[in-house]
Amino acid sequence: MTTATPTVAAGTQKTGGTPSTAAGRVRKRLNSRTATLVSIVIAVVWTIPTFGLFVSSLRPEDEIKTTGWWTAFTNPQFTLENYQQVLFGQSSSSGQLAGYFINSLAITIPSVLFPIAFACLAAYALAWINFRGRDWLYIAIFALQIVPLQMALVPLLRFFSTGVSVGGITLMPAWDLVDEQKFAQVWFAHTCFALPFAVFLLHNFISQLPGDLMEAARVDGATHPKIFRTIVLPLITPALAAIGIFQFLWVWNDLLVALIFAGGSDETAPLTVRLAEMAGTRGNEWQRLTAGAFVSIVVPLIVFLSLQRFFVRGLLAGSVKG
Amino acid sequence: MAVFTRPRQAFVIAGALGLALSATACGTGDDKKSDKAGSAECAAYEKYQGNDGKKVSIYASIRDAEADLLERSWSQFTDCTGIEIAYEGSGEFEAQLPVRVDGGNAPDIAFVPQPGLVKRFADAGKLKSLGADTKAMAEQNMPADWLKYGTVNGTLYGVPLGANVKSFVWYSPKTFKEKGWEVPTSWDQLIALSDKIAASGMKPWCAGVESGDATGWPATDWIEDVLLRTAGAEVYDQWTTHAIPFNDPRVVEAVDRAGTILKNEKYVNGGFGGVKSITTTAFQEAGLPVVNGKCAMHRQASFYANQFPEGTKVAEDGDAFAFYFPAIDAAKGKPVLGAGEFVVAYADRPEVQAVQTYLASAEYVNSRAKLGNWVTANNKLDIANVASPIDKLSVQILQDKSGTFRFDGSDLMPAAVGAGTFWKGMVDWINGKDTATVLQGIESSWPK
Amino acid sequence: MEFDFADQQPKLLMLMYGLIAFVVVVGGLLLLLDVVPAQFARRREAQLVAASVGGGPLPRRRKQREGLFAFFFLLPTLLLLTIGLVVPAIRTVLLSLMDGSSTNWVGLRNYGWMFSEDSIVRVLINTLIWVLLVPLVATTFGLIYAVLVDKVRFEAVAKSLVFLPMAISFVGASIIWKFVYAFRGVGDQIGLLNQIVVSLGGEPKQWLLNSPLNTLLLIVIMVWIQAGFAMVILSAAIKAIPGDIVEAARLDGVSPWQMFWRITMPSIRPALIVVVVTISIATLKVFDIVRTATNGNYDTSVIATDMYNQAFRYGQSGRGSALAVFLFILVIPIVIYQVRNLRQQREG
Repeated sequence: MTTATPTVAAGTQKTGGTPSTAAGRVRKRLNSRTATLVSIVIAVVWTIPTFGLFVSSLRPEDEIKTTGWWTAFTNPQFTLENYQQVLFGQSSSSGQLAGYFINSLAITIPSVLFPIAFACLAAYALAWINFRGRDWLYIAIFALQIVPLQMALVPLLRFFSTGVSVGGITLMPAWDLVDEQKFAQVWFAHTCFALPFAVFLLHNFISQLPGDLMEAARVDGATHPKIFRTIVLPLITPALAAIGIFQFLWVWNDLLVALIFAGGSDETAPLTVRLAEMAGTRGNEWQRLTAGAFVSIVVPLIVFLSLQRFFVRGLLAGSVKG
Repeated sequence: MAVFTRPRQAFVIAGALGLALSATACGTGDDKKSDKAGSAECAAYEKYQGNDGKKVSIYASIRDAEADLLERSWSQFTDCTGIEIAYEGSGEFEAQLPVRVDGGNAPDIAFVPQPGLVKRFADAGKLKSLGADTKAMAEQNMPADWLKYGTVNGTLYGVPLGANVKSFVWYSPKTFKEKGWEVPTSWDQLIALSDKIAASGMKPWCAGVESGDATGWPATDWIEDVLLRTAGAEVYDQWTTHAIPFNDPRVVEAVDRAGTILKNEKYVNGGFGGVKSITTTAFQEAGLPVVNGKCAMHRQASFYANQFPEGTKVAEDGDAFAFYFPAIDAAKGKPVLGAGEFVVAYADRPEVQAVQTYLASAEYVNSRAKLGNWVTANNKLDIANVASPIDKLSVQILQDKSGTFRFDGSDLMPAAVGAGTFWKGMVDWINGKDTATVLQGIESSWPK
Repeated sequence: MEFDFADQQPKLLMLMYGLIAFVVVVGGLLLLLDVVPAQFARRREAQLVAASVGGGPLPRRRKQREGLFAFFFLLPTLLLLTIGLVVPAIRTVLLSLMDGSSTNWVGLRNYGWMFSEDSIVRVLINTLIWVLLVPLVATTFGLIYAVLVDKVRFEAVAKSLVFLPMAISFVGASIIWKFVYAFRGVGDQIGLLNQIVVSLGGEPKQWLLNSPLNTLLLIVIMVWIQAGFAMVILSAAIKAIPGDIVEAARLDGVSPWQMFWRITMPSIRPALIVVVVTISIATLKVFDIVRTATNGNYDTSVIATDMYNQAFRYGQSGRGSALAVFLFILVIPIVIYQVRNLRQQREG
């Protein structure tokens, strides 16, 4: 098979363990101790900037502004004051991030579930249902990845706030959402923007499921919905988990979509909006910025580290020819 | 993904749950009453009555502590009238407002700091012209100079609200006294003083133009202030309206004169390093060395008073204060550069107009001024309500009939220049590009 | 100081509504797909029976129903994409032919402006530098690291550390790196890079001021984020190469270098393509990094930041849209490549 797109084999294959992979050969040329050392050094170098941020977030304001974070080891002065301010301060000039934290959760969870479910259905249809023009449809969806979401903000906002009418006939009324109901707009927007990439990855994966399996099911009289539910879904669980994490990271870290569709009030704005505000108003107040930045990193970090296994396996399955 | 495999059960459960929830949600109605409406303190709000329970949304760039003061300033009004004001402040205001307006999601009221932006919305037909009451109130309370900036093609759209004076140089009265320096009252004295300070081993000036995505604006203020002094208000007006090219020789001269301070390694950048450190120093931090003795002078607007650390005494005999940025050519009068925000409305419901009228009224400006940190050009402002010395000085300057007031030019120009190439150009200029190239670049970017 | 949990209840309620909506929509769709075809099948059976009894022609089969299924499977996606991306894309193209206030048609003038204005040409060049360098450097680094880290001790930990920046937002990453590049003209350095320079006896620099070095320093941020993604995918692909192929090659006396080019590279080619395509598209759209780190000053601007500024800050939606359309054009090569891949796949 000379396909450039993925096959499924790798997904179900046990990774690692085989004694003589190609990479193993190459590496053998190098002294394996050197390799270990070099790869660990690189990993550490890669982490230093983040680590510096973390150390800074624990230092008192004056120290952050006047000396480098590395001096904290020779002259240790640590405080939780920055986190205290950022998380719980109730004067509106400090953070109160706790409330925004919940907003972030409320925005993220549905914004992850919807696009994955829809993309999964679409990818199946594009891969396994025969209809005219499906390849072109797939390419078109793929190409939509490039539409910068900045350009989609105004039309989408207009869709929400004025509804849709053709020739004076209202097809959809304005949404007129208030306060926390605005979350629905954000979910909708995120779902739209996530679909092209999700369909792209899932199509890569689903189209490489063994055709025999489908054919056998068809012969048994199974309909497409049945095949989708009973055969496809269980097989692509790792891929779904992978894209789920990907989308989670994206939504959690998003600023622009939330800013437009949720607004900046504390009822709906997520962490990132608040954090950007802090960076903006507070100028170079590194102490709040560092602590705030670290707070926003913590959740994706936990999610990522705990689901990393799925992530790697899922994307691998979706992209690699075995 | 277990939900996928048993859609029927899930569907039923979800449906039942949804019904139950929506039933409870409907039970909580919002019936807020203005219980104080009849009391004595509400007498002043008589004319705004009749809008009980209505909601007005306001969007502006003011946030954090300043926003708290703002909300407190109209709390009596909202209590008495029952109008609920939903305020939202955003640092992304200038970029977000057009998005919201184009997206059909405009706020009822916005406080727009740029007359250029007011014009853009007015030209696009998005703004509502003022109601009769508001217009009468504004014309009665506001100086004509200011109303001019809220007027587009003869129609008044924006009512001036807050104001600030930009022609200030911050210094430390304490340090000046210790060293025996005199506050300069002419440009020549200013330069002589700078030389004297530089000779003493201290950098006389400090500056910083870093301001997130508005980086560069403090430098544009410098240029405008100098141009007003060297060329006069008329040329300044021609320049901001593009009646003369952006790189007119008189502008080149003004920029070069500003450069004798800003791009002079002997003068700047006290407490931060050399000339180039100006571009990366946050404007919020730039003037702080004035207080700790690493720099003598910092040209910045009146609102900079808020940036000094707690415990700093901002007064004529304190740790920090400001003097008037001296005139250069006595024949050009006593120019004052300033800025402020304009209240514009995207809706004309009665409650929106009531709020708009209220914001122009004597009750409001005095209520806001009492909370501190605020200045307005509104002539109903009682100076006794202004507590801080710097705000008092600002009000005096604004109310001084002999001064020539001009609005911040970059706010008057089209945003592509005033909030774009002018800012960026100034950053390049400080970073080493020559005046002619920078001004030529800005001139060519002026939208035709 | 105190944090009132009751304030948060409406939000959580809304979240619950969202989840219910999810179950209803997705569950409902699947239910519909189950029920409708079953009815169709019954009706068709009846038709078949009627036809066979009456001796008329058999009704058309299969094709139509496949189409119907496809329609329902694709319905939510197509609906959302049309509203959320297709309509905006068309609107953008139209706006790019209009003036700043979107009232008059100006033909191709905005495109002319794009190529005649020095600062915008600079923006286009910068974007080109980004889209050439980031996928190349990030993928190469990821690949080398994947080979290097293969089966060393602490492999999992090392990989996690390199992948970690993926979990950080672009804004967060830019803040982290701004801190690394920070400059103090007076007193101790607080930025790591300058501290290193100083301790090596050099003069501290304002790194982000000097073009073109500053663009490269911003690219470092993007590479820092994306290299982990490339590494993880490629590492997994390398591990998936069947052992017997490698063994056979080894028996043929292939050198490790040849092994890498003849066995490893062809085997991981599909993974490589996904990595390069994904990173390329992400790089074309890069926005937050430039905006947070320099706001496009000092000749560092890229298309997406300038598009945003033109369209929203400067009120020049025509120019902003023209820049966006230019992005659409830049992605065409990648699309053509995908079309070819798809063709090959269908034929293979």
